[in-house]
Amino acid sequence: MKDIRQIRVRVNGAEHELAVETRRTLADMLRHDLGYTGTHLGCEHGICGACTVLVDSAPVRSCLVFGVQADGCDVRTVEGLADGEELSDLQQAFSDHHGLQCGFCTPGFLMLAEAYLAERQAAGAGEPTEAEIRELAASNLCRCTGYQGIVDAVLATARARYHSEGASGEGRAGGWHAGGSP
Amino acid sequence: MSREARLNAQAGRWVGASVPRKEDRRMLLGRGRFVGDLTRAGMLHAAFARSPFPAAEVTGIDTSAALATPGVTGAFTGADLGHPYLIAMLERDEFTPTRMPLLAGDQVRFAGEPVAMVLAADPYAAQDAAELVDVDWRPLDAIPGIEAAQAVGARQVHDGLDGNRLVDLTMFDDLTLPGIFAAAPVVIDAVFRSARVAALPLEGRACMAEWDDRDEQLVLHVSTQVPHQVRSGVAQALGIPEQGVRVIAPDVGGGFGLKCVVGREEIAVADAARRLRRPVSWIEDREENLTASFHGHEQRYQVRAGFDRDGRILGLAAEIDCDVGAYSAFPFTSAVEPLMACTELPGIYKIPAYRALGRAIATNKAPTAPYRGVSRPQIVLVMERLMEKAAAELGIGALDVRRRNMISPGEFPYTGVNGISYDEGSYRESLDLAERQVKETFRNATPAGEPGGLMTGVGYACFSERTAYGTPTMSQRRMAMTPGYDTALVRMDPSGEVIVTTGTCGHGQGHETTFAQIVADRLGVHPGQVRLRQGDTDLASYGWGTWGSRSIVIGGGAADRAAAVVARQLRQVAAHLLEASSDDIELAGGSARVRGDAGSALPISELARIVHFQTHRLPEELRYGLEARSSFDPPGTFSNACHAAMVTVDPGTGEIRLRRYLVVEDCGVVINPMIVDGQVSGGVAQGVGAALLERVRYGEDGQPGSTTLMDYLAPTAMELCPVQITHLETASQFSETGAKGMGEGGMIGAPAAVLNAINDALRPAGISFDHVPVLPAEVCAALAGGDAVAMGGAGAMGGASGLSGAHRRGSA
Repeated sequence: MKDIRQIRVRVNGAEHELAVETRRTLADMLRHDLGYTGTHLGCEHGICGACTVLVDSAPVRSCLVFGVQADGCDVRTVEGLADGEELSDLQQAFSDHHGLQCGFCTPGFLMLAEAYLAERQAAGAGEPTEAEIRELAASNLCRCTGYQGIVDAVLATARARYHSEGASGEGRAGGWHAGGSP
Repeated sequence: MSREARLNAQAGRWVGASVPRKEDRRMLLGRGRFVGDLTRAGMLHAAFARSPFPAAEVTGIDTSAALATPGVTGAFTGADLGHPYLIAMLERDEFTPTRMPLLAGDQVRFAGEPVAMVLAADPYAAQDAAELVDVDWRPLDAIPGIEAAQAVGARQVHDGLDGNRLVDLTMFDDLTLPGIFAAAPVVIDAVFRSARVAALPLEGRACMAEWDDRDEQLVLHVSTQVPHQVRSGVAQALGIPEQGVRVIAPDVGGGFGLKCVVGREEIAVADAARRLRRPVSWIEDREENLTASFHGHEQRYQVRAGFDRDGRILGLAAEIDCDVGAYSAFPFTSAVEPLMACTELPGIYKIPAYRALGRAIATNKAPTAPYRGVSRPQIVLVMERLMEKAAAELGIGALDVRRRNMISPGEFPYTGVNGISYDEGSYRESLDLAERQVKETFRNATPAGEPGGLMTGVGYACFSERTAYGTPTMSQRRMAMTPGYDTALVRMDPSGEVIVTTGTCGHGQGHETTFAQIVADRLGVHPGQVRLRQGDTDLASYGWGTWGSRSIVIGGGAADRAAAVVARQLRQVAAHLLEASSDDIELAGGSARVRGDAGSALPISELARIVHFQTHRLPEELRYGLEARSSFDPPGTFSNACHAAMVTVDPGTGEIRLRRYLVVEDCGVVINPMIVDGQVSGGVAQGVGAALLERVRYGEDGQPGSTTLMDYLAPTAMELCPVQITHLETASQFSETGAKGMGEGGMIGAPAAVLNAINDALRPAGISFDHVPVLPAEVCAALAGGDAVAMGGAGAMGGASGLSGAHRRGSA
């Protein structure tokens, strides 16, 4: 017998109520029950990071989390990054710096970087170095780019958010602003 | 704000400009459409029951328990399907074909080979049920590698083989070689090996098949580089006409050669959809991808080379063995690695006398596909190590030995001992420039705060790679299905926008952007007005997909030719309307005008409108549309590069870190510098992985040991460093656009450059390696004075994949 539970989950601001089998992964639930197919599965054992989504603002491998564990949670996927049809600053930076080729790993890198930048900002930490971004990027796998475009894109976004004039009232002295995400 | 596409200002055209990629937006928004994203009402999910044994007879298969699982709607064995199979053919006496059954019949030949397919509405249920397929196995002795396969009395992986040789051919044999070696002042004997590696696209294989009653057609959506060859494979295996099959490649999440062959699961799924008249989906999981798809690059080279006292090579003889696994992959066959290796081993060096024996050895391991580089990473490693060894013996600088042997400026086109004509390249210039850049930039390798005592080394690799093989070259391989040409259709619609169809099938290379740049230049429109349609066998003429660094030269060349015809049509229409000569009409900036008369400009969209909606106004020969179909089938063209790497080796831990990397490369006319740099960087990353990390392990018993990404290590950002790239541009005479192929070069040069850097670092210790990957444990063992080191040190998994160990000075 299937063990099915009723859960409520918010995805990119939209409320969903659904019945989900307890063994179903969050990734499969998002992709196939709710239609958020932007989240990709690259290994299904927690290494490649392509399936990274944010659960209550924290990046998680959605292949290693059951859908029922997201009951009552706020989930954010790649579909939630843009403002309508307008790419976020991070998304635009990936294009500008050729941080994607086949695009399969891209949603995972975007969500990883989005969480990292938000966490750094929340902690009031300074502008990240290239070495820090490189270490962050090593969380996930990309087989196409050699990572340089990804590192450059995240670094450029971090710098722009940190130095954005007037965004945090601190002007040129540095400080974070929220970037292009809603 | 999105970055605007800007012209290559210097040339006043789109070719040469880093036009932002059209592909990016949908991917960044999470709106790419990959096979796994496709759903259909009533869709079933397939799961495969696979062999746990590397070699076994199958004496019975019982699917009743699987069928009794709730939610399961079907289960098929090979017998249920009528034992369909794929067969790849080479028309050579030295080749033995293999039948690769879609589902194994009475024998399995590698662990992971599928024996039954289970279908259920829920993929979880399908996987549960596949585990309930009950198979009676009678295990056989496994053949885990080249040595076991060639041993006297070895069991044959396929009946009727001798020495487990699927291919055994002498490509070249110069009978003067024994005399040359006897007289040569320096003779180098060496064995070089490269490990079996996985292409590892982030999206594994995937397909979804559905029967279309309206068109009476089997439609197969598949993650592939070669839609037409998948269609041919389906048609041949299932005995149906090709027009009864439509293959569609949606967005493809990486390929690297793994997806330029046809998978048996893809056809089995298609057959199930046809039989059940229901959509069927199969998404490969990573364990299947690592054990049951295709590998590559497991090769051994036994080489002898003679040099004179000045370091000039006098003769070269090589025996090349490729462990190709259990079957020949369709359509390229198991000969692709040995044929490539034998033909192209001399590379950029002038070899007076040459002998090459190539063998494809069957083993009880997953079959192999033409993974990125196809033998070129290995042959470059062999030649670059030989140059280093000769230099060390003679006390001459290793770069000077290369210079004395390489094809030099003024010698192009050069026809080598291998019968290959090399079109013009910048072999010498790229080496000179790389050497200069190394002197200027390869400093301060070790960041502050790292332990002292690191050993630092710099290594080089010089090479050329033949790209864009057309049938004039491919026909020499004598494949039953000889690839090479491609065909493009360029159409302008009534609004003046352009649709291009191609038989190539980009999957990350940005073809939607680069093809648009080429066509936009011809037609005088913006690349944003040019839409590429690819990956659909019902849309495009028969073509050969995307592999072998062929697409921009062959597919782009065909598009360029067709666009030139449409441009001529546009000029003729404009000439008629402007009462001018068509020779005087130029197309630029969205307008047609008489050259030198800006006031005469007619919008191209107006010409398109008239041709379609007012066609009666035009003379007969200009009516009825703006479109052209053209093909291109070049002999191939050589890109070249010089790579340089700097590594540090930690003598305490054996850790090897890549510190600096640079590439001076020449792929002729660069269509989009941003995209070319991305291809180079990505290729280098895979090559660095092959040099330092990657190997698919099998035990002596033939069991796969690399079943997860914890066991198979692909490089992360931390194992890599920025790649400094410089372009030289020697335009190709064999290319419509002057471009040369460049999809593989990064992968081809990196293993040799990194290996040479490791050996340079270890030079003070008198140690060198002739294999990849070089692992920390091997470095430690070699430094500790061990004679020979199995890969990965001790342990059950080390043996079968074990490469030759370190050489100590004086013994090698």
